[in-house]
Amino acid sequence: MSASAATPSIPVTVLTGYLGAGKTTLLNRILTEDHGKRYAVIVNEFGEIGIDNDLVVDTDEEVFEMNNGCICCTVRGDLIRVVENLAKRRGSFDAILVETTGIADPVPVAQTFFMDEEVRKFAHLDAVVTLVDAKFFLDRLGDAPEAEDQVAFADVIVLNKTDLVTPEELREVEKTLRQLNPYASIHKATRSGVALDAVLDRGSFDLDRVLELDPSFLEVDEHDHDHVCGPDCDHDHHHHDHDHDHHHHGHETHHDTEVTSVSLKTGELNPDKILPWISEITQAQGPNILRLKGILAFPNEPKRYVVQGVHMIVEGDLQRDWKPGEARESRLVFIGRKLDHAELEAGFKAAAA
Amino acid sequence: MPEVTPLPLSGYVIDIHYVAGVPTFVTGDGAIALGTAGRVVKPHAGGILSSALAADGKSVITGGDDGKVMRTTVDGTSTLVAERGRKWIDVIAAGPGGAVAFASGRTVVVVDGSGKVHELERPRAALGLTFFPKGLRVAIAGYNGVGLWFPGTAAPVQELEWKGSHIAVTLSPDSANVVTSMQEMALHGWRLRDGQHMRMSGYPAKVKSMSWSVKGRYLATSGAGVSVLWPFFHKDGPMGQRPLELGGRQELVTRVACHPAEEIAALGYDDGMILLSRFSDREEVLLARPNGSPLSALAWSGNGLELAFGCESGAAGLIDLTR
Repeated sequence: MSASAATPSIPVTVLTGYLGAGKTTLLNRILTEDHGKRYAVIVNEFGEIGIDNDLVVDTDEEVFEMNNGCICCTVRGDLIRVVENLAKRRGSFDAILVETTGIADPVPVAQTFFMDEEVRKFAHLDAVVTLVDAKFFLDRLGDAPEAEDQVAFADVIVLNKTDLVTPEELREVEKTLRQLNPYASIHKATRSGVALDAVLDRGSFDLDRVLELDPSFLEVDEHDHDHVCGPDCDHDHHHHDHDHDHHHHGHETHHDTEVTSVSLKTGELNPDKILPWISEITQAQGPNILRLKGILAFPNEPKRYVVQGVHMIVEGDLQRDWKPGEARESRLVFIGRKLDHAELEAGFKAAAA
Repeated sequence: MPEVTPLPLSGYVIDIHYVAGVPTFVTGDGAIALGTAGRVVKPHAGGILSSALAADGKSVITGGDDGKVMRTTVDGTSTLVAERGRKWIDVIAAGPGGAVAFASGRTVVVVDGSGKVHELERPRAALGLTFFPKGLRVAIAGYNGVGLWFPGTAAPVQELEWKGSHIAVTLSPDSANVVTSMQEMALHGWRLRDGQHMRMSGYPAKVKSMSWSVKGRYLATSGAGVSVLWPFFHKDGPMGQRPLELGGRQELVTRVACHPAEEIAALGYDDGMILLSRFSDREEVLLARPNGSPLSALAWSGNGLELAFGCESGAAGLIDLTR
């Protein structure tokens, strides 16, 4: 997603969060506070946006399945059109904000910026920012799979309304958020009062930048975010049946956190083994993989290989040099459903150089 | 090289129309430049998203991000055709008898020649519109196919189905075939007589520009490093036929405009270059050198002696083919 130097690409921030989590409050802050940037804003309904701006557009969320044989390939048709239209007004804004409805699946939004070449030429995904209501989030997990997806998919989580809960309750919510998503940055806030530079211009999908921002990225304690189900886990472990829709409608037995993360670490890897393996695993398990991110070390390769993916869409590239003294370790994190830790670990380690 | 008169404009050139013979440039920042003398009108409060030439060629219809549909004539007069609050009007078409169709989201509106308004709610967003040349009938492209609608009648919308997202629609000049451009980087066609499907695929990019050659013999398209021209003069249309390929380059063809009288086409590229290519022997003439900005609009004058062009950067001009 890195922008070429010649044509500056427009950064896109996606704001998600369940109903009442504080998206509109944050949006209004971004639109009114003095940060020197002009935003084009795509919302689902004008609602309470306190600004009259000809670059605020409301669209009906339309998820399109691509008729190309890829079962994960869903995009937001309305976004493609709006972004193409915004491209014709280049110069009148610096960045784009997309506010989704509370029940929106963030994946098609993100995939739109990977899959449509026209959109990709003009704009790039900067970050998925998810607002979480500290008081009601744990309840939502029980009844709304979207709430879980939005957190699992996020690059930045704003844990909002912290004044409405006790410190113990807050710790519980935070722990759950970490279980769902070990690599997002979490900012606690009241009334969406988060520093705007913590949510804007993050470069979360920029392979070049993502690791510079947070050197400890992916350095996670594996014990902290393992599958939260114990040995008595009674998940509906059905085989992924390549029917993406069932993601959201088919699982009647919704558990607290169906989403898990698997974080893998080893030494140098053989690129001729690991890259085909990642490709294979994302093809086979794409519907269950929400995000993957990793840094890989290859023998005799002075540069770090950075990889990221959304469902079946994976991209990777050699980035900066390994620094002198930096441990040449390979790390890979998967976030998704029905992830088989043992299988992933075995595949990963089998690619050791 | 033929003589080029440059005509720099203020914004992204989205369309060019010869309105009453005057080259009229529509730009994304909301301006309509009428002719070469620098006369500019701004009929909308903000940007212009879509435009169409009226069927009688005497006015240009525009849709804006101010929710308005405006009609502008060459004397610079603009009149309101319709208004839809804060919706963006990004799909528009003009039809017989002064009819105008436009869409915003799922709603399709037709204002007929008498000013009567007809409204249709589609199951999904309308992405492309075109009128049939006779009667009052509109083809509406969208997710999973095309709907054919007779506004003002009780007749149900005739659905032409094909899975995927159809982002633009065109009708062959003899009204026998409906062809769409798809998000999936292919064209799809239906022969209306019997519903026969036509699949035209193999593009590396979405087809954003389609142009019928004289007498509708070929459909010329953008979306590849050549312009692909599908033959429609065989019994089964382009099925089983090799398409004609013109103007092969490394760069993508972004716009194509077939000449009104001859079997030649103007091809515009991603780097701003323009080529003229003849179907019979594929001979090429360079009309404009690359300028670095994607070619975004092309139009022939009615007599086919002048070609107007515009780019995403606002670079634009007229090419005199008589020299």
